[in-house]
Amino acid sequence: MKFVQWLANIDRRILFLLIAASVIVPLLVPLGMPVKVTPQAEAIYEEVEALPSGSTVLVAFDYDPAAAPEVHPMGLAFLRHCFNKKHKVVIMALWPQGAQLAVSAMAEMTDEYDLEYGRDYVNLGYKAGGDIVIKSMGASIADVFPRDMAGRPTASLPLMKKISSLNDIDLIMALSAGDPGIPAWVRVANALFQKKVAGGCTAVSAPQFFPYLQTGQLLGLLGGLKGAAEYETLVERPDAATRRMDSQSIAHLVIIIFIIFANISYFILRRRPEASSGGAPGAPPPSP
Amino acid sequence: MRREIPMIVAFVAGVIIILEFFVPALTPVSSRIQNWYLVVVAFAILVGAFNLLRLNYMKVRHRRTDWPFAILLIVGFFTMALAGLIGGIDEGTAFDWLFNYFVYPMSSTMFALLAFFVASAAYRAFRARTVDSTLLLAAAFIVMLGQVPIGSIWVPSWWPFFLSPDWLKDRIMDIGNTAGQRAILIGASLGVVSTSLRILLGIERSYLGEE
Amino acid sequence: MDGLTLLGTWIAAILTLCILSFLYKDNPFYKFAEYLFVGISAGFWVAYQYHNLLVPNLIEPLFGSAQGKGALPLLLTEGQFDLRLLTIIAGLLGLTMLFRFIPKLAWVSRYGIAFSVGLGAGLFFVVFLQANCLAQIKGTIIPPVVITDGGVDVGSSLANSLLIIGVVSALIYFYFSKEHTGVLGGAAKLGIWFLMVSFGAAFGYTVMARISLLIGRMSFLIDDWIKGTLIALGLI
Repeated sequence: MKFVQWLANIDRRILFLLIAASVIVPLLVPLGMPVKVTPQAEAIYEEVEALPSGSTVLVAFDYDPAAAPEVHPMGLAFLRHCFNKKHKVVIMALWPQGAQLAVSAMAEMTDEYDLEYGRDYVNLGYKAGGDIVIKSMGASIADVFPRDMAGRPTASLPLMKKISSLNDIDLIMALSAGDPGIPAWVRVANALFQKKVAGGCTAVSAPQFFPYLQTGQLLGLLGGLKGAAEYETLVERPDAATRRMDSQSIAHLVIIIFIIFANISYFILRRRPEASSGGAPGAPPPSP
Repeated sequence: MRREIPMIVAFVAGVIIILEFFVPALTPVSSRIQNWYLVVVAFAILVGAFNLLRLNYMKVRHRRTDWPFAILLIVGFFTMALAGLIGGIDEGTAFDWLFNYFVYPMSSTMFALLAFFVASAAYRAFRARTVDSTLLLAAAFIVMLGQVPIGSIWVPSWWPFFLSPDWLKDRIMDIGNTAGQRAILIGASLGVVSTSLRILLGIERSYLGEE
Repeated sequence: MDGLTLLGTWIAAILTLCILSFLYKDNPFYKFAEYLFVGISAGFWVAYQYHNLLVPNLIEPLFGSAQGKGALPLLLTEGQFDLRLLTIIAGLLGLTMLFRFIPKLAWVSRYGIAFSVGLGAGLFFVVFLQANCLAQIKGTIIPPVVITDGGVDVGSSLANSLLIIGVVSALIYFYFSKEHTGVLGGAAKLGIWFLMVSFGAAFGYTVMARISLLIGRMSFLIDDWIKGTLIALGLI
């Protein structure tokens, strides 16, 4: 019985250490578990594949460093897919930190691909205003973004000469950590301008977007690190997300085992209330 | 002047954007005021930042708890702001360097801390006490297992597919989760629509600082 | 790894460890990083609003740039009216916000707030109704029995029926104008179960998200900081 009580009251610092170990060990000793691709990720991949070479894809970096470990890898994988297919990429952000993260993402891309700024891609930078920014882009992108991230006049960029409004964009990929993000792009770009919107988001926000998937308002969704790993698998270039899925698996397993332990001890102690150390039977143990 | 005119401003701004959907000729006017919105929001964000600065200045001045840290906050604010305002924000600037090595690690570690607390909370609070909590626990359990590779690789070939975490997770997400989230989405949207209407009609005035 | 990158990596690692020290208990190292983070973030926002919004969307249309004259110089020197001059209204509305800092004149800020709230309300009225209400209702009006060439598709029929029942019952749970008793009570109870499943799913995803962030930081400490330093020192 003492063991059961110990099981119900494990010091949280032991739990912290086990979580840390479950994350660190697989990073040092990779297990290489295979990543299964979901239909939601495949839908995005197929859409990019189906676009004629040279199509224009808008990638919105609507996230901050707090979401970057999950969303940034999917951004990189998606950009690689676009550049492999020779699509033109227009980058923008509804979150200021997103624009700065786009700078580092494009620094990686320009190392890997022969890209010319202004012809193959542009970074329009950040605008505050969420839904209103997107709504305004429906009339004129140059009015909303008179200058790009580095301060060049948008109208002078060759790529932007053929793109006047959202109507000239073939696909929108919203990399999102909240609102403004996928919800704003669905509400405005899809609902008002009938644009195809795909999304990549943090795992926290992914469940709330499933209703959009069922209605077709969102054509596909990459949810969290798993979503990023799926896209890396699809573009056949395993990277950070795929490597980190081993740690993800083991950490989940540890948490699940602890939940099972806690429930076993809860049921045993509930049946023998006299054995429990004070408090109502089944009451949550006090936090150390 | 203090109340009526702001209410008229809100009404006119909101009605123009609604009317644009019915009268396309209004698009140029609507687009122009939408672009003004971006500038106004930028000022609102600046007000927030300056307010933070003011509060911390007061903290230092009155030597309140943790005032030495408030000095650090002010120094950090000016360092970052001036680096960006003077040197620019593009790749390779001091601002970019400060972002990569100060903002990025601190921001992501703040949220990474939650990994420990979420695990601790799951261990302490997740108990199959009632039907409701059992459903919550079961859904979380299956999703946690079905979302990671380990959830599918242990399943032997004879295992019924409809009992694999992978398959169950997809059904939970496509049916149970979609139904629940959709009800929340519809309910919340009705709330937003009615609040918007109350604002435009001047019934809702809390944004003016009134009860 | 050049010197500046190595220095940056060490600073980032120390700040990461300062924040992780909160796991033991609240301490001055954590407070140091916390206050620095808030200050630097606010400074970041200021620089961004200036470069990405105030300069291109307010200052240049009014005062001009290397590419051309602004609306104000055009009016003053050539007497020419340019529509960009109207941007001055945006500037004035924005400036009203700053009156928040003068208690006696704080009411002036209501103009800017009213403009942004009103405009947002106008757009939200339409888009929330369209995308989150009507489109979602439409998405629930699906056949409960799916007939295919081979007969009834049991799987799809069950999925559709459960989705319809789930949405309707969860909406009934949110309907508070009538007491949840009898049939309504039963439906509301069913609605709670569906909501519990979605909250459970959301919790499962939240665990995943937080663990991912921790993996990101640990990966930085192991690969960028420790291995990066050892490589820079020529030890591996």
